[in-house]
Amino acid sequence: MPKAQALTTPAVSGKLLATAAGFTGLMLLLAYLVAFDQGALSQSGMYLHELMHDGRHLLGVPCH
Amino acid sequence: MPLSNRPGYLPLLLRGLLAGLAAGLLAGGFAYLAGEPHINAAIAIEEAASGGAGGEAPLVERDIQSTVGLFLATGLYGVALGGILATAYTLLRRHLRTGSDTQAALGLAAAALTGIVVVPFLKYPPNPPAVGNPDTIDQRTAAYLAVLALGLVAVWAAVLAARTQSHQWRRAAAGTAAFLVVVGIAYTLLPTFHEVPADFPATLLWDFRISSLGTQAILWTALGIGFAGLITPARQKATVTAA
Ligand SMILES: [Zn+2]
Repeated sequence: MPKAQALTTPAVSGKLLATAAGFTGLMLLLAYLVAFDQGALSQSGMYLHELMHDGRHLLGVPCH
Repeated sequence: MPLSNRPGYLPLLLRGLLAGLAAGLLAGGFAYLAGEPHINAAIAIEEAASGGAGGEAPLVERDIQSTVGLFLATGLYGVALGGILATAYTLLRRHLRTGSDTQAALGLAAAALTGIVVVPFLKYPPNPPAVGNPDTIDQRTAAYLAVLALGLVAVWAAVLAARTQSHQWRRAAAGTAAFLVVVGIAYTLLPTFHEVPADFPATLLWDFRISSLGTQAILWTALGIGFAGLITPARQKATVTAA
């Protein structure tokens, strides 16, 4: 296997890992908002949950 | 904004989010055309079963759910998945044994499509409205999350197993075997739910499930291709100018 190749991504550092973990958390929250939230996160009651109802079904998430 | 030869995390993340938004909206278009008719048919069955439409006024009108709501859901989901793909690419690129960034990005998207779409779909095929027992929603949600995680573990196991072999056909065989072992164990241990009402039309169920699979497949395929496209041209240009 070719071992030496030009790196095309940033060097892994503690700072990079912390930033990546932070954004991953944000992205998971966003996915949670679409897929599972029932108002606890959105603070919109059931409004956002109902609004995104069809998307949830077609994205394969168990809905009800 | 062109991408530098060795971009930082944020430029890659930005491209993942953009590709995710585009892929989510594209998947939403497919879901609207191919999936909405089945959702509407299932809701009509649900309402007929509960003694006609009516009851309390819905919080969100059907027309809004099937248009704005649908595209909002697939768009936001695409953004989230795009951000996660870009992050995975940033951290895993150096471990992927390919000289091609395009191949690396497409490979990660294909791994995700396999692990968190195909593996979950075959164990817990999605259901239209009117199918599913509300009493088991918590168990089904937990099982769904478990099968997503195990799907990713299966793909990871396949890669590790393939790397223990040197000949190409042995790599394929070892990877496939490891994948099937993990999936087999997961499918056996995870609970099974049989909740489709006996009189629910089989063709409607099938058509809905295929449209859901198509929606997710389009999302991941477009995300992979879009992300690969957004990260490679600048690099190729940079290589050409440097040469
Ligand atoms: Zn539903």
